[in-house]
Amino acid sequence: MSTVREQTDDGAMLHPEQRAEGDPDAIIRDGRRLDHAEGTSKPLRAHPEPQPRGAKVHGNRPVDQQEAAARFIAAPEHEKMHDERLWDLRQKRDREMHGIPEWEELRSLASAIKEHTLTHLDEYLDQFEANASANGIHVHWARDAAEHNQIVHAILRDNGVKSLIKSKSMLTEECGFRHYMASVGIEVIETDLGERIQQLDNEDPSHVVVPAVHKLRTDVAAVFSRTIGTDPNNSDVHYLAEAQREATRPLILNADAGMTGGNFMVAETGTFVVCTNEGNADLSANVPKLHIASIGIEKIIPRLEHLAVFVRLLSRSALGSPITQYTSHFRGPRAGGEMHVVLVDNGRSERLGLAEFWTSLKCIRCGACMNTCPVYRRSGGLSYGATYSGPIGLIIDPTFNARKYSNLPYASSLNGSCSNVCPVKINIHEQIYAWRRVLVEQHEVPLAKRAAMKAAGVLLSRPAAYRAAIAAADTALAHLPRFVIYNGLNAWGKHREVPHPPKETFHSWDHANRGAKR
Amino acid sequence: MRIGLFIPCYIDAFFPEVGIATLELLERLGHEVVYPRDQTCCGQPMANSGFNADAAGTEALFVRNFSGFDYVVAPSGSCVHHVRDNLDAIEQTDQVKEVRSRTYELVEFLHDIEKVDAFPWAKFPHRVGLHNSCGTLRRLKHALPSELNEPFFSKPIDLLSKVEGIEFVKPARPDECCGFGGTFSVFEEVVSTKMGYDKVSDHAQAGAEYIVSADSSCLMHQQGCAERIGVPMKFIHIAQILNGASA
Repeated sequence: MSTVREQTDDGAMLHPEQRAEGDPDAIIRDGRRLDHAEGTSKPLRAHPEPQPRGAKVHGNRPVDQQEAAARFIAAPEHEKMHDERLWDLRQKRDREMHGIPEWEELRSLASAIKEHTLTHLDEYLDQFEANASANGIHVHWARDAAEHNQIVHAILRDNGVKSLIKSKSMLTEECGFRHYMASVGIEVIETDLGERIQQLDNEDPSHVVVPAVHKLRTDVAAVFSRTIGTDPNNSDVHYLAEAQREATRPLILNADAGMTGGNFMVAETGTFVVCTNEGNADLSANVPKLHIASIGIEKIIPRLEHLAVFVRLLSRSALGSPITQYTSHFRGPRAGGEMHVVLVDNGRSERLGLAEFWTSLKCIRCGACMNTCPVYRRSGGLSYGATYSGPIGLIIDPTFNARKYSNLPYASSLNGSCSNVCPVKINIHEQIYAWRRVLVEQHEVPLAKRAAMKAAGVLLSRPAAYRAAIAAADTALAHLPRFVIYNGLNAWGKHREVPHPPKETFHSWDHANRGAKR
Repeated sequence: MRIGLFIPCYIDAFFPEVGIATLELLERLGHEVVYPRDQTCCGQPMANSGFNADAAGTEALFVRNFSGFDYVVAPSGSCVHHVRDNLDAIEQTDQVKEVRSRTYELVEFLHDIEKVDAFPWAKFPHRVGLHNSCGTLRRLKHALPSELNEPFFSKPIDLLSKVEGIEFVKPARPDECCGFGGTFSVFEEVVSTKMGYDKVSDHAQAGAEYIVSADSSCLMHQQGCAERIGVPMKFIHIAQILNGASA
C-alpha cells in the first residue's frame, strides 16, 4: 500500500538538501519547511464543524453570493482555515517573487506576449492546427460547451469507451462535461486528489488550483468514509491520501481513455503543455491509448521560448513553489495510440470583442487573485455559484450570463490586490468596477439599489437640500447612512457600531470660526 | 497658494476634527485655504456602485465648487482617487480636466508638492499601526504594496517619522483591505465586517494603541467593528497627528 511513503521515509525520493533532520516527512528548501497548513493542523474538536455548502443556485436567477458567504463566515473553523491556508499561499508567492529580481519585468513580458497572441489569435490557432495535425494529433473545433461535449462523446463512442480518467480542467467544468458524460452513461474518474474529493462529494471545485481548499480534513474523512469506505473517525491526511490512491489506481489502470486540459499550446510546434503537481495528468494521458485534451483557444502562445516566461510565473503565483512537479509536453500520439485536441471557444471570441474586458483572456488560471482576495478568503469559492470564483470569476462569469452573475461584481471592496498579483497583469479590479457600470446599464441591478443611488445622486447634487438634511448632527446620522443603508435594513449597524455624532458638523464649525473670512 | 479645501460628506458629518486639523495644518504652512460652502460629495458612492449617470449632478457641482484654485486638497484618499481617476460622468471640458488634475490627497500634497520636512509642533508618543486605505495604497500610490517586487517607499511613514515620539507597529497583514470598500460595507456587510474584525484584531495583536490612516471612512468602519467585538483601539486621522494632536 505504501510504496511512496516508504521511499519518503528513507529519504530516497528527496534530494539530500531537502531532507529534514529528525523528521523524514518534512521537506526543507532554503531552510524553510514546506508545510501544507491544514495537513499539519491538529484536530479541532471531537464533533467536527459541518462544512458550509455553496450558493443556492436557482436557474438564471441572480446568485446571492452574500448569503452563501455569510453561511461560510458562520462556520468559523472553516472560514479561519480557509483564510489562513490561502493567505499562506499568498505569502509563499511573495517569497518566491522576492527571489526573482526581474519579477515585474516577467509579468510585463507575459502580459505583452498574451496581448500580442490574443490580437493575432486566428493566425496562431491556424498555425497550431497545421503543426499539430502534422504531428499526428486530431484537432477539433468546438463553438460552445454543447459542441465540446458532443465532439468528445463522439470520439469516445467511436472507440467504445466506457470509462474515462481525467485530470483537472476548469474548461470541462465550464462545459458541464461530467454531467453530460453521466447522461450518456460513460464513467468519468477525476484523478486530481482535490478534484476527486469534489467529484465524490458531488460538489464543484471551489478554486481553480486547489479545488477542495474549502474543506477541512474532517470533511474529507466524511466524504471518503461515505464513498470509498475509509474509517470515518480517521482524518489523518496521509491515511486519506493513500486510501484514495488505493481506490483510484485500479480505475486508472483499467480506463479506456484519458483526458487532460492544457495550460499552454505552442503554435510553432503544434504541441501542448500540462502543468500538475500530482502526476495524475501524466497517468491520464499515458496509461490509456486514447488521449483527449480539451483546451480553451486563449491558451495559445506563439513559440516555445515564450513558455519559459509563463512557466516561471505560473507555479510561483499559484502556490508559491518555483515550478510544478510535472511540466509535461505532449507532442503527438505514441505508437498505437491516438491523440485528440478539442479547441474550445465557448464565449471566448465574443469576450475578445469586449473593449473593456478582453484582457481577461490573458488569464493563465493560477488562482493568485483568489489567494490574495480578502473577500474570497472569507467567503469560500462555492459562494460565487459559478465555475470561476474570486476576482477573475467576477469579471469572467458575467460574460456567460449577465443576469445570473449580476451580483458578483459587487462581491469586491475594489481593493486592487488581485491586479497586483496577477502574473499577466490583468487590471482585474478596474474590470470589476467597469462591470458594475455595464450591469447597471443593462438593468441587471436590483431596483432597491437603483432607487437608493438615484436618491443619493439627487440629494448630493443640491447643496441646500443636502445641508437641510444633515443640518444637525442627529439628523445627519439619520440621513447620511441612508446613502448606504439602501435596503431599509440597518446594514451598517447589524455587525458594527454606528459612528458617534459630534456636536457640530465641519460645515458649522467653519461657519462659526472662519465665517467672517468666507 | 490658494487651496480649495474638500471635506467629504462623512468627515463633515462625523469627523469634523479631521476637517479642522486639515484646515489648520494647511494654514500653518502658510496657505490661503478656502472651504467652498456649497460642496457636498465627489460622486463616488453612486459611481462605485455602477450608477455613473446618477453621479453626474454631484460631479458637476464638485467641479463648480472647486474651479480656480491652485490646488484642491482633501483628507480622503478614496475621494481623491474618484476625482482624479473616475470622475467621468460629465463631459470632460478643460475646466473639468483642470480641477481633476489639481486635486490632491493631503499626504500626497504634503509629501510631493509641499515637501514638508518638519512638523515641529507635532508630538505623538504612542504606538501606532498605519492603515493605508486601498485607494491610497494601490491607486494613489502612497506606498509600495506588498504584492510588488519594487523598492520600498511610504509617503505616510515619511511624514509620520518626522513626528516626535511616534512608534510604529507592524501588523501581520499590513496591506489587507479592512473591508470598508464604500457601498461594499453595506451591500456585503457580513464579509465587510468580518474583514474589519480581522483588521482591528491584527493591529491590536501587533500592539497598536492607535490605528492611523489618511482615510476616515476606513477608520469609521474599523471603529464600528472594534467597538462591536470589544477590541480596545483608538483611531486617528493622519492630519490630526501632523497638526499636533496630543492624543
